[in-house]
Amino acid sequence: MKLLSTNNISVKYGSNIVLRDVSLSIEEGEIITIVGPNGSGKTSLVKTIIGAVSPFQGSVSLKENLRIGYIPQRINIDQTLPMTVQRFLNLTHKISKNECLSILRTAGVPDLLQNQMSNLSGGQFQKVLLARALQGSPDILILDEASQGLDQAGSAAFYKQIESVRNEKGCAVLMISHELHVVMSASDKVICINGHICCSGEPEAVANMPEYHGLFGTGTEGTLALYRHKHDHNHF
Amino acid sequence: MLDDFMVRASIAGVGVALIASPLGCFVVWRRMAYFGEATAHAAMLGIALALLVEVPIFAGILVAALLMALTVTQLSGRNLASDTLLGVTAHGGLSLGLVVASFLAGVRIDLMSYLFGDILAVTRMDLFTIFIGFLVVIFLMFWRWSKMLISTLNEELAYSNGINPRREKFFLTIALAVTVAVSIKVVGLLLISALLIIPAAAARTISRTPEEMVIITAVIGVISALSGLQFSYSLNTPPGPSIVCVSLALFLVFRAVSLVRSN
Repeated sequence: MKLLSTNNISVKYGSNIVLRDVSLSIEEGEIITIVGPNGSGKTSLVKTIIGAVSPFQGSVSLKENLRIGYIPQRINIDQTLPMTVQRFLNLTHKISKNECLSILRTAGVPDLLQNQMSNLSGGQFQKVLLARALQGSPDILILDEASQGLDQAGSAAFYKQIESVRNEKGCAVLMISHELHVVMSASDKVICINGHICCSGEPEAVANMPEYHGLFGTGTEGTLALYRHKHDHNHF
Repeated sequence: MLDDFMVRASIAGVGVALIASPLGCFVVWRRMAYFGEATAHAAMLGIALALLVEVPIFAGILVAALLMALTVTQLSGRNLASDTLLGVTAHGGLSLGLVVASFLAGVRIDLMSYLFGDILAVTRMDLFTIFIGFLVVIFLMFWRWSKMLISTLNEELAYSNGINPRREKFFLTIALAVTVAVSIKVVGLLLISALLIIPAAAARTISRTPEEMVIITAVIGVISALSGLQFSYSLNTPPGPSIVCVSLALFLVFRAVSLVRSN
């Protein structure tokens, strides 16, 4: 069953068009990764899906009562705002202490209940964000470069955690990442965007597509290829 | 009981401290200190215009504060940083207000009382206004609390939960305008920021959750108001600034204690 779809959406900031004619849909339980170079509109796409940005063309349709668990890029909780992990998990819906403990355990950080959010390490913080996203049993987890700021090992561990959560809960996952080698292996489908959808398909298939190489260079097996952007084709 | 001016002053001081406590916390969390300041300054224009067209001063301040806040929210971000724009509207509003006030023939306005407050001259009508302001702010806070809190924390997180942070900001702006409008009588427009920020900043050191911080802020605010008034009465000092001085002293004590504890 379809959870959400974008129907030919185009997004612009001022007169600068960042996304054109993007259509995609996500089925129940599916893991989709969106990859693309910096400035390709990945984050704009996610912001449009969650409703933070309105497209000037096209529309986003969500399943009725769709529960979204959103995990942003490392957010900065201001030191001026006191916030324990327990209180943070209770922000949108009241849940009991036991429920808090249980979702923290699922997210892999069971001992943080009374810690202040602003004192957590990068890895702990992202897992607490994951725990918060799990609250209320979401139909879909949306991750916007959620491992940014973590080292390679930490980021690999974080995505493993996402995978095990997803296997346990059966929710769909939509994620954006630079770290293709970590993410792609677990995905059902990879969508490669650069202002529009360049190519999409199963991870292995996409890795061999010329459009993909156009965006990320040729040596896609190694990690070096990840950030190397050899040339950009003309789009608009 | 209300015939005693000190009783009226105390009630006004406590009322305003309670109104200002949640707003003070939001101002600290959202780094809106200058915004609060600017809203208060722009109130001078409201006062002058209210005197000119003979409507209640409270209404004039409320309208001016709201207009200022909405103008800044709408215009900032294009090619003007919001603090620049706040500087323009705050001091523009203050100066324009003072100039308009000077044209008011026949009305001698006591400028000092608007700039620094006149809590000892609080009337029953003023108490009623503060009470209404209190109801409005408390209602807004209970109604929007968790939505405002999430919007303050992170806008995208708010959107993903179906909350529109811009709408929450609007409610917050209204609450702030009401707070400024009812506080002028007590501390005056130059010291409203202090009333908002200092108790909240003191409370931060010992709070673990946002709600705790609001409650502690309220307690500090009420203690400041009551002891500031006593202090002013016995030493014959200006009451508004005396209240702020007590807050400041509490702030220093709290900060010192937390500094000692963390070492």
